[in-house]
Amino acid sequence: MNLHRYRFILARPLQLLPVLFGISIITFVLVRLIPGDPARVLLGAKSTPEAVARIRAQFGLDEPIWLQYVYFVKNLVLGDMGKSILYKMPVLQLIGERLAPTLLLILGSVILALALAIPLASIAATRRGRLADHTIRLISTAGLGFPPFWLAIMLIIVFSVKFDLFPVAGYGDTWGDRLHHLALPCFTVALALSAVITRNLRASMIAELASDHATAARARGLSERRVFWRHVLPNAVIPAINLLAVNIGWLIGGTVVIESVFSIPGMGQLLVRGIFTRDYMVVQSVAMVFACATVIVNFLADVLTVAIDPRVEL
Amino acid sequence: MTPLLAVKNLAVRAKMHGHEFDLVEDVAFSLQRGEILGLVGESGSGKSVTCRALLRLLPGANLSITSGEILFDGRDFAKMTETQIRNERGASVGMIFQNPASHLDPVMSIGDQVAESIVLHRGVSKAEAWSQTVDLLRQVGIPDPERRARNFAHEFSGGMKQRAMIAAALACDPQLLIADEPTTALDVTVQAQILRLLMDLRDKRGLSIILVTHDLGVVAQACDSIAVMYGGRIVERGPKRDVLKAPFHPYTSRLIACQPAHGLGAGLLPSIPGQPPSAGDMPSGCRFHPRCDLAQTSCRETVPGLKERVSGHLAACPITEAGITEARP
Repeated sequence: MNLHRYRFILARPLQLLPVLFGISIITFVLVRLIPGDPARVLLGAKSTPEAVARIRAQFGLDEPIWLQYVYFVKNLVLGDMGKSILYKMPVLQLIGERLAPTLLLILGSVILALALAIPLASIAATRRGRLADHTIRLISTAGLGFPPFWLAIMLIIVFSVKFDLFPVAGYGDTWGDRLHHLALPCFTVALALSAVITRNLRASMIAELASDHATAARARGLSERRVFWRHVLPNAVIPAINLLAVNIGWLIGGTVVIESVFSIPGMGQLLVRGIFTRDYMVVQSVAMVFACATVIVNFLADVLTVAIDPRVEL
Repeated sequence: MTPLLAVKNLAVRAKMHGHEFDLVEDVAFSLQRGEILGLVGESGSGKSVTCRALLRLLPGANLSITSGEILFDGRDFAKMTETQIRNERGASVGMIFQNPASHLDPVMSIGDQVAESIVLHRGVSKAEAWSQTVDLLRQVGIPDPERRARNFAHEFSGGMKQRAMIAAALACDPQLLIADEPTTALDVTVQAQILRLLMDLRDKRGLSIILVTHDLGVVAQACDSIAVMYGGRIVERGPKRDVLKAPFHPYTSRLIACQPAHGLGAGLLPSIPGQPPSAGDMPSGCRFHPRCDLAQTSCRETVPGLKERVSGHLAACPITEAGITEARP
């Protein structure tokens, strides 16, 4: 074990700082570029100018924009994300409630996607050009083509409405109940994700099966099965790790649609509602959390790549 | 003495875009225990295909052995089932390749790759296999083998990688080593070291070696006998000394003339005019006739077979009378 190859872990938190700084400025400015005023949205069309001014003062919206940013960053450093204008509660608490469903949804989808993609890619690659391969490629192409919201609705119609196997929507109270509620949404996301991974994994497996080192392993008397598990698979998953990380990064902001269709009280839903109500604090903070999560996922992918591929130095 | 390996009438056919052609035809040679045979020829002459065919490791479903016997110690590899031939690979016959960098698994340690086949063929424990691995790495001249066994391919130099490949190929003590251009990708000093290692292993283990090369210098240094391939056929074979000194086939003599030691002087090396034929577009008759200055009408019509010219020295040319002793420029 060469521990020096893991030195990059120590440097990463420092690299995170400029990323967060950039993201905070961009979201801070962008959310204020949306026409509309949170106080007016909150109070409705018939509100008096005095009431609007009072709310604006209460949330510090009457301060110059640069000062608002300074307060935002200062409070963030102190662990305070401000108060939601709409929900009238600390944003930190809001996020705390919404984080678990989204994390569970993403985690479940990724596990399910891998459980689908690895066997399917293996079958397709080892039976290249045969019926199984063509079928798997057809399904994965279709999986890429179906829009997730449509797929979600189809799954609800079949599995919830017709066969009554899963709840139509919502998020449970107990853990078992939650998993039951999340099964269909996870499956919806996993289908699209596994299509991407399967295609990539199949291609790299085919390349590895034809590689020189696989030939050399065969020349040493290894069975086709052993060549596959010991030499082809470990080499083929390396490019898939980064692909998976990129896709998880995309999922982190992209679960909005699925959360809406299945009414899951997650981060995506919080973000969308925050944007509609010009709930500045919520939008800024959720964006920061998403940015952190994306960075963490890529960091984990790097650690995994270093662990699997001895050639990589970061 | 019965030879360790006797190849008879071997042919490998390729199917591509609907038409079929032979990559290798009528290949026959034999190898004694402890003998080093040099398989010589230009790129595309069928050397590598022949080697892979011996272990039934032809790439893809497009290539197949269509005829011939591969008798190894009396067992015919050509007629074995897939499982049977797999048990021979590594255990009876080891193989090393031209580019050791790409033939080693980049993400598995060198020691694990060597130990893997020991566990597979010998059924010993992992710890036992590991100690045998360290021992083997020492034998092939890898310094500090306990530590180096835990290294990965990219941490080895080119020569060390080839040594590691040799260790992996010899892990189960095969009687025959097929070395497919083992020194081509290495620089000259390392090349000489690897050749010396192979000759050492022959002396110590009684290993037979098929050494594929396009370098007659390598043959002169390491081999006992030579088989020269051209256009998918063996055109001349015999003891090294006889073939190099008194070749019968015009191709062999031109090849020898092209070696730097025989050259005309500084900066001027002779070459054989024309291009080697490509598989699927072979000339009729003798494959070499379009490039041969001795060619006659009959060369265009019939494929000459190998005929014994001197004891143990065969050539596939009916034109040359005696050995072409003077290599012509």
